[in-house]
Amino acid sequence: MDVTAHAFKDNAKVALADAQLQRALSGLKGGLVAQRTAARERLPEFEALREIGRDIKNHTLANLDLYLEVWETKAKAAGAHVYWAPTAADAREIVLDICRQANARVVTKGKSMVSEEIGLNAHLQGQGMEVVETDLGEYLVQIRKETPSHIIAPAIHLTQDQVEADFRRVHTHLPKDRVLVEPPQLVDEARKILREKFIKADVGITGANFLISETGSSVIVTNEGNGDLTQSLAKVHVVITSIDKVVPTLEDVSTLIRLLARSATGQEISTYTTFSTGPRRPGDPDGPEQYHVVVLDNGRSALLGTPFREALRCIRCGACMNHCPVYGAVGGHAYGWVYPGPIGAVINPALIGLKEAAPLPHASTFCGRCESVCPMKIPLPKLMRDWRTQDFADGGGGAGARLGLKAWAALATRPRLYHLATRLGIAALGMAGRFKGGAFRSLPFVGGWTRHRDLPAPQGRTFQQLWAETKAGVPR
Amino acid sequence: MSGENSGPDGSGARRRSAIFDRIRTGVSGGGTVAQRRAAVDARLGGQAPHLIPERAKKDAEGRKALFVEHLKGQSATVVSVAGPEDIPEAIVSYLRGANLPMRVRMGDDPRLQGVPWAKQPALTCDRGRAQPGDEVGLSHAVAGVAETGTLVMMSGGDNPVTLNYLPETHVVVVKASDIAGNYEAAFDQVRGRLGRGTMTRTVNLISGPSRTGDIGGRLVMGAHGPRRMCVIIVDG
Repeated sequence: MDVTAHAFKDNAKVALADAQLQRALSGLKGGLVAQRTAARERLPEFEALREIGRDIKNHTLANLDLYLEVWETKAKAAGAHVYWAPTAADAREIVLDICRQANARVVTKGKSMVSEEIGLNAHLQGQGMEVVETDLGEYLVQIRKETPSHIIAPAIHLTQDQVEADFRRVHTHLPKDRVLVEPPQLVDEARKILREKFIKADVGITGANFLISETGSSVIVTNEGNGDLTQSLAKVHVVITSIDKVVPTLEDVSTLIRLLARSATGQEISTYTTFSTGPRRPGDPDGPEQYHVVVLDNGRSALLGTPFREALRCIRCGACMNHCPVYGAVGGHAYGWVYPGPIGAVINPALIGLKEAAPLPHASTFCGRCESVCPMKIPLPKLMRDWRTQDFADGGGGAGARLGLKAWAALATRPRLYHLATRLGIAALGMAGRFKGGAFRSLPFVGGWTRHRDLPAPQGRTFQQLWAETKAGVPR
Repeated sequence: MSGENSGPDGSGARRRSAIFDRIRTGVSGGGTVAQRRAAVDARLGGQAPHLIPERAKKDAEGRKALFVEHLKGQSATVVSVAGPEDIPEAIVSYLRGANLPMRVRMGDDPRLQGVPWAKQPALTCDRGRAQPGDEVGLSHAVAGVAETGTLVMMSGGDNPVTLNYLPETHVVVVKASDIAGNYEAAFDQVRGRLGRGTMTRTVNLISGPSRTGDIGGRLVMGAHGPRRMCVIIVDG
């Protein structure tokens, strides 16, 4: 996909002025956020489970080579074909090769962010295959020639009216006067159209929420059941996933399942959690005849020895973006690449380079809500700050910002100079403020504030001065 | 396949070692390989701290009540019967109430084959995997999980996986004595049937009928899988 992460500021401006998008995003707080809070309150052990979940992933990542080897051995013993893809290009080539060998004409897909990451659809379509997204949100995004704007709710940027308009535009074989007023009517129409695709498909591609070493399985979690029809009806099931998805045992995955849906949608559990192991067994009347698993690295292994390894714990629930004030204001597309929100701001620089993704770690107020809701307790604000530090060290930030930061550093590391400068500055602003009636309508450098409201003038003395006076016993 | 490890052009093996070499470098600070392998083997052998929520530790009666409560909350219909001989009547009564045809398809599960279907001559039973025209699928669960109202299904000739997803209505039979408190206990039941580390082609956890929230954030039932689900709990 096209990368526009470098243009985050411009993207954000467009998003803020997009009335339709703002209407669609306004449902987040009352929806996914409130539902997560309610689910957390129903399970008293939730916070303790987060700590265990974090420890499971830390242990697995510290032994990632061994757990992947065990998983691979078990998977192959069950009849899986296993492929390792260092880069996105490798993964595309491997999947294309499998589809060609299967003489695939129609390929159905369950939801997979890794497939977005490697640009799989365009690659297969370029070879003449029909690729059909079957998750309803992904289907909507596909017929609009867009990309997902959220990792679990890909069409969260769309309103119901837009969906109706798109269905009328694309499903031209259906009667023009059909009624499409209520969501169930829209879901029904998509169901009928996609049902035919499931049955026609030669290859079904899904992602994986987890790989399990104990059993050699891959696991998908859905509410619609599309991932199951995708993998059960086609002759060939291809799983596209990444190295960070492996967990040791069924007990470990039980803990993560308790965290995933509650953090994502506030459900106790998603409707369908499916463990797939190998192809159909001898005598099985259904299920795929071949089962292939493609495991992508694409920059993840390079994070293991660094502070950013903590981001590899992510189980892709989307809670960080649901709770992020920046995501809530601009939506997912503004981030300019596959993974939006706080987790995107942390992993995109690793996957596509800091030079391209530099604005993303800056797109945060550091309010800390993302870390406080992350089921894997990833210290997202700290990791964004680490990227900012590295960006500055690499010479990023632009001449003005760098000069400003250097001037600030010069002041902040010299306390006497700092106190003198702030005393003089605050005194001058306080004096100026008295002429302006106690508030400024505009002031250099703070246009972002004064464009919408007045800036209250300081009263003439700094906090440090007031603190010293209080300590000396001056009455307030 | 050319991309697999054993592929003729060697590209699979090269790609594999490229990834594993980088991972080994990244984890090298965490002890010797022998130490790490011992920790991995211990965990895979079942030694790891886990936390089972209190709600998932009830007695048999409490487990059944919680299982039913969650399933109903997830929009399933739940019926209890005294024994397998009452299953045909329960199905007929459900199908009639939902205004559905008196025809179900099921696999070869001996627990279902042993049911006296002749008691309800109006009900037609087809065998085998689901076909696109089937209205009602009938399966037998290997276990239930009380903590979230979840059914555990094992694929195969006994219970073809397509019966879970293709028909518009899914009827699932589960024995009350197979309702576990938590996922861990249910997985132990799967291990008890297949042995540790072994799975059927799919093990499916199902917690109600299919749904989506992808249009305007409103929950709609019957996205791709079944629109409705009836769970029959057999007490005896």
